[in-house]
Formats: sequence, structure tokens, C-alpha cells
Amino acid sequence: MCTVCGCADGETKVDGHNHNHGHNHNHDQNHGHSHTHGHSHDHHHHDHHHYGHGPAGTEVPGMSQERLIEIETDILSKNDRYAQANRAVLAQAGVLALNLVSSPGSGKTTLLCKTIEMLGNQPLAVIEGDQQTQNDADRIRATGARAVQVNTGKGCHLDGHMVGHAMEHLNLATGSILFIENVGNLVCPAAFDLGEDAKVAILSVTEGEDKPLKYPDMFTAARLAILNKIDLAPHCDVDLDLYESNLRRVNPGIEILRVSARTGEGMADWLAWLTTHLAAKSNLQSAQ
Amino acid sequence: MHEMSLCEGMRSVIEDQARQHNVARITRVRVEIGRFAGVETKALHFAFDVVMRGSVAEGAELVTLELPGRALCYDCMTEVEIDARLDPCPLCGGGKLMPQGGDDMRIKDLEVA
Repeated sequence: MCTVCGCADGETKVDGHNHNHGHNHNHDQNHGHSHTHGHSHDHHHHDHHHYGHGPAGTEVPGMSQERLIEIETDILSKNDRYAQANRAVLAQAGVLALNLVSSPGSGKTTLLCKTIEMLGNQPLAVIEGDQQTQNDADRIRATGARAVQVNTGKGCHLDGHMVGHAMEHLNLATGSILFIENVGNLVCPAAFDLGEDAKVAILSVTEGEDKPLKYPDMFTAARLAILNKIDLAPHCDVDLDLYESNLRRVNPGIEILRVSARTGEGMADWLAWLTTHLAAKSNLQSAQ
Repeated sequence: MHEMSLCEGMRSVIEDQARQHNVARITRVRVEIGRFAGVETKALHFAFDVVMRGSVAEGAELVTLELPGRALCYDCMTEVEIDARLDPCPLCGGGKLMPQGGDDMRIKDLEVA
């Protein structure tokens, strides 16, 4: 087991199988660590990572003398370092990375499948995060897109380290879009930066207008909210304007799109949003 | 929130620091938690004791220091201090407030035995 990141060989699962990848770790002081994987499988279309490990155990021999060490370090600083490393890789390739967050059942995967279909030849890739199963990655692969499934085991969110590993399997083409479908959870993923350009929160009209007030952190962290399944609105006495005002109450700067992935309503606006942000990212890349 | 994950993050920071400073045992850990960080202090204490087992900080005391929540009111464009995430602006009564910090989760210092 790696004593810095706690990444355990025996618990990592690719495609549902345990795989002992010959790790070569390189631990530096100022960045997390870099991995060189020596495993021999190359079936990129069936990549599947499994996490669920605990922290590493280490013993440090040394002096004992009462004193105070001032550190002023963010608790999530390690995650933030992985996220920064991911962000650098993505910036260099001009890849637009979006972290899709929502509660379970908001229609993220259906929205994604529809989006992929409508984007046609646009190069893209998907990282799917779930506690268990490869179902979502299978659904994405059925559209012809490249997908890696990350299973978090007991974990309730994706983190920068998992996403960095998943990215290694995707060979992201310059100018592509990377969709990261986070674990369905409106709490924890808000705090974990993955290196994305923006968080996109998806909520469906059946969830209740007060959802943004109940889980403000996620909607505050998101740049865009997609109000999905609007085709169901007439059947469930829902006030779409109230959804929007509650979203703006917790995040006055949030952008909002009303969409139905099923009927296609509003999908053109979502695609335009993607195209605009991808172009901005490529301009930044070519300016460098 | 995700107090267990936070404690795992703390353990990794603490172990790095212990290694750098060559210390064998940490007796007290002080953390600053912002009002809007969404951290449940009781759950954090529980998770801390569990996660630190077998580490240099096993049995250490966890002290949490609360930092106030600040937000920018989009109605009067003033930065104000608020107690709860959904409180209205104390100056103009406006309801559109964007948190400015207050979501900090930081290890302040470590006391070494």
C-alpha cells in the first residue's frame, strides 16, 4: 500500500476485477505524488476503478518534546493538489471538464446520453462515478462514447485522485469535453474539487421547489443549474419560477436552464452553453 | 456532511507534518471550521477518534474553533456577517446572499507531546 495516498493495490478494481498494478510512486514534497502504472490490460472501453480504502497507517519514530506546530493547512489540501494537477492537464489539452452533480434519480445519465447523441462528432469522454455497478458506464458506451466507471465503494463522492487515475485511461483528445458524472449526492461532492471548469447541478422538477434551500452548498458551488424533466411539470403541480427564485436565493449568480432530456425541449440551449464554454477554453489554451 | 472523509484528509495532513517535523505523537489538534462549511462538530469528533487510531494522533484531543459566516448581499452590495446560511441581509433585508468564505476547514496547529 502506498503510505502517502493510502491507495491500496488489492482494492482497486478495473472492470470489476481486482488488479495488482505495479505502482511506482514518486513522492515529492510539493505535489501529491505521481503514479506509474505497470498493469498490462489495455481494454480502455471497459475501464472500471474501484475505491473504498481507508487511510494509510504509518509510524514515525522521533523526538518527544512538548511544542506547537502551526500549520494553517486546509483539511482538503491534498485533494486540492490532485485537482490542480488534473486542471493543468486539462488546460494544456484545451479540454472542457464539467462536474455533473445531483441527487440520485435526477436524470443525469439520460441527459448525458441525449447530449452525446446531439453533439455528434464532438470529441468527448465520460467518467462515471457510482458506489457500485458499471450500469451507467455501459449506458454511456452504448452511445459510442468512451467511458470509465469509477466505483467509490463506501465513498460518497469522487475526489481529485480518483479522477486523475480515470483520466489516464481516457487519452483525452485536444478540444474535447470531459463529463464527470459524480456520485448522486447533494452534500459531499460540493467540497471536493476535481479540477473541473464548472459544476453543473441537475435537479428534476419532481424533487420539490425547496431542494436548493435544503442543500444550499451544492447549488452555491454550481455555475449552472439544469432544471430537468420539465415535461413532467404539468403532472406534478410544480412551480418552475419558485425553483428558479430558490436557486437564486442560495446563489444569486447561478445560470439556469429548463430542459427535458426526454422530449428534447431546452436541449439546444444546453448545447449552446457547452459550445460557448468549450470555445472559451480552447481560446485560453491557444493563448498560452 | 462527510466528516469521515474530512478526518481522513486531516490524518494525511497530520502524518505529513509529523514526518516533516520528526515527531512521534500529537496530543492536540486545533481546527478552524467556517460557519457554512456544513460540518457537524459532534460527527467530526466521533470520526476523528475512529480515523486517528493507529496514527501519531491516536487519542489526541480535537478542538474546533468556529469562524463566522460572511456573505455579499446582491441587493445592497455590502458584505455582511450572517449566522445561518439562509438568513436575510441584516442591513437591507434582502434575500440574495452569496457566501464569501465561511466554508473554511483548516487545521490551525498541532500540539506535540
